[in-house]
Amino acid sequence: MTRHLLTDNVYLTYVPSEKFKTSFLSAQMAMPLSKETAALNALLVNVLSRGTSRCPDMDALGRELDMLYGARLDPTVRRKGENQLFGFVASCIDDKYLSSGEKLLEPLTDLLGEMLCSPALQDGRLNPSYVDSERANLTDLIRSDINDKRSYAARRLREEMFADEPFGVNRLGSAEDAEAITPDALDRHYRSILPRTRLELFYCGSAPEDRVAAAYRRALSGLPRSGRLEPAVTCRRAAPERARLVTEELDVTQGKLCIGFRAESPDEHAAIVANAMFGGSSNSKLFLNVREKLSLCYYAGSSYDREKGALMVSSGIEFANYDRAMEEIMAQLTAIQRGDWEDWELTGAKSYLLNNFRSMEDSAASLESFVLFQAVSGSKETLPELMEAVQAVTPERIMAAAKAVRPDTIYFLKGKEAQE
Amino acid sequence: MIVKEYPRLGEKIYRHKLSNGLEVVVASKPDHVRSYAFFATRYGGMDLRFQLDGRWLDTPAGIAHYLEHKMFDTEEGNVLQEFAKNGAYDNAFTSNAITAYYVECTEHFYDNLRLLLRFVSVPYFTGESVEKEQGIIAQEIRMTEDDPDWRVYADLMECLYKDSPVRIPVAGTVESIRQITPQTLYDCHKAFYTPSNMILVCVGNLDPEQVIRTAEELLPETGGPVIPRDYGQEESLFPVRQEHRRTMEVAMPMFLAGYKCRLQESGDAHLRQSIIGDLACDVLFGDSSPLYTRLYAEGAINGSLGGNFDLLPGAAYLYVGGDVKDPRRVFDAINAQARRLGEEGIDRDFYEQIRRASYGQMIRSLNSFENIAVSMTEGYFRNFNYYHFPEVFETVTKADVEAFLRENVTPERAALSIIDPAE
Repeated sequence: MTRHLLTDNVYLTYVPSEKFKTSFLSAQMAMPLSKETAALNALLVNVLSRGTSRCPDMDALGRELDMLYGARLDPTVRRKGENQLFGFVASCIDDKYLSSGEKLLEPLTDLLGEMLCSPALQDGRLNPSYVDSERANLTDLIRSDINDKRSYAARRLREEMFADEPFGVNRLGSAEDAEAITPDALDRHYRSILPRTRLELFYCGSAPEDRVAAAYRRALSGLPRSGRLEPAVTCRRAAPERARLVTEELDVTQGKLCIGFRAESPDEHAAIVANAMFGGSSNSKLFLNVREKLSLCYYAGSSYDREKGALMVSSGIEFANYDRAMEEIMAQLTAIQRGDWEDWELTGAKSYLLNNFRSMEDSAASLESFVLFQAVSGSKETLPELMEAVQAVTPERIMAAAKAVRPDTIYFLKGKEAQE
Repeated sequence: MIVKEYPRLGEKIYRHKLSNGLEVVVASKPDHVRSYAFFATRYGGMDLRFQLDGRWLDTPAGIAHYLEHKMFDTEEGNVLQEFAKNGAYDNAFTSNAITAYYVECTEHFYDNLRLLLRFVSVPYFTGESVEKEQGIIAQEIRMTEDDPDWRVYADLMECLYKDSPVRIPVAGTVESIRQITPQTLYDCHKAFYTPSNMILVCVGNLDPEQVIRTAEELLPETGGPVIPRDYGQEESLFPVRQEHRRTMEVAMPMFLAGYKCRLQESGDAHLRQSIIGDLACDVLFGDSSPLYTRLYAEGAINGSLGGNFDLLPGAAYLYVGGDVKDPRRVFDAINAQARRLGEEGIDRDFYEQIRRASYGQMIRSLNSFENIAVSMTEGYFRNFNYYHFPEVFETVTKADVEAFLRENVTPERAALSIIDPAE
């Protein structure tokens, strides 16, 4: 695996591999996450994916991709720490599965480059009808996250807990901000950020590096470069003296209890292991005790964001079980703080993590997220180094990291006719 | 042991049937660090009525899924912890016709395989543990009841089918699972978890001989009888009810339309029909179809529109749905387009385009160990070899797809399930 500068503020990560049926490509822009630009960026990639100067509508684009044996080229919008990553991922089957001897890498890379640098225009501007329809779709998509109460509750907790931090900004921005974007504003935004943003390119597949670099160079020959807009450094914050409770009522049959903690320890590797033991795996204390042993929840788990120092618990419970579930979740955290676990829980958590990290090698998409996230956060840690660091974590360090996990905000979603 | 290379797919398969009737398949994936074992029984949510030891049993809805949950309990405790010690990830699922248990890992593969084979083949239930599980599964059922994607599908199945057990939710209901006892669970395990009713598929950089030896060592020496099953009276090709509406907390209306299709028996004909059904979906409403791009440009649909063709024991249907402002309008447009394609034929260039994309999609699916295992399993239970896909694919013509649309995708065969937003 190599990563090097291709041109001004454009990096290419190259991963040679013969084992996949497909080649995987990605071109991602990285910008600090902010309320002002989150919806603009999300809308932008969706509008760009509607058509290019050569394939100006969905029919032409669809035909081009189908004829490349069902190649895919999709817009993506992701959040990493307090940065927003937006762009396109593409893939096509490896040349060796074509009896015709056709080459798919170059035409697909060209199309990817066109999508970024040479969109379908009308009167010299991004096509307003594409902007209108994608704005409506984006707004609907943001609003439709209420359909899945589990992710809805997790998002609501994040909004409440990080209300005045970039981390609280939704990956896609807010529906209100999206609704207010005019075609002119989006066109201006596109022209303002394209020359300045960091661009991270990625390739995983069987083609040699020089062929990949040449394909990207050609595809991005029209990319303007001037000025520089770098990703943000994510800021951490301490928990308040007392945790805040936010309750919401909706017409649901199952309650959702989400708890946001600040994980204040700088020992991120210890916190990674602590989270895996607490709620980060299907063998964690939350899963085995709160779900399996006590039947208190259908699901209960946690996730840890190492950049932000945030540990988020999410669970589905009966409304009436709020107090018991709350108590039990906190009891499991206390157990980790006290070192109250059996040996297999620690070795199991470590092997679970190591298994996950090793498995990434078998998935081009996982490798892409990993290298992209590393590049944006400025971390130089490689996958083997990360594995070694996790392996070296001691019980004392886990207890110390867990003691620095303190509740910040509690979010409870309950039914409208819930009995107290 | 049979060894077969599939050069067009870049795949190599080892196959062996044990003397107890278990089919063992090893899909070789050199260079991969991950290994995967998938142990499945031909038994799912729809197998509610069957004959065991000469008598017919009627079992409660949701029992296959309940049994799947309970299998993780062993006399020594919960098997999850055993896997956890090896850093392995294990899970299970129950569908209409299959219950499958799988484990994936990057170390200790044969230890994990042993654990998998042992916990699935040795039942251990107590009254206390069965009762306790009811809390967990009742929560799971409640959660799915809040899920509009699940609701819209369940409502559609009730509209389409009269007697077939596909109309009953795989997990059952909070009421039906209360009737489950340790004895019913033992009966179901005895009937369906026999080696001759099961398949083991392993994927990875593995030694096939060792996989076979491990299975021989751990599983019973004899298979089990063929269990007669009752899927109700043969269904008519027309739905019971043509529309169902319900209100939920969703952001915009959601719909799912289903078309009852004529069933194809097992074997390559089955694989061929599933290819035709998939192509019909791509041609009719796939991302690059004229209907999709037109409705998208008009703002009538968004990227959520999609569907598929499902072939189950005794039931076949094509479905399409998504989040749209006006479900009726989209449904009418789909019907009109299906009629047009059936009558006027599919554009020749467009058909070639879809064929290429579909072929690429099939190759692509072989990246996923899960897809390989599930496809192998479905093929084995339905008597076809999924890796014959390229050859069967070549026999499918444009006329086949047109005939499929003409016969099956008509308003008379259809039912429409809609979820309207509250307020």
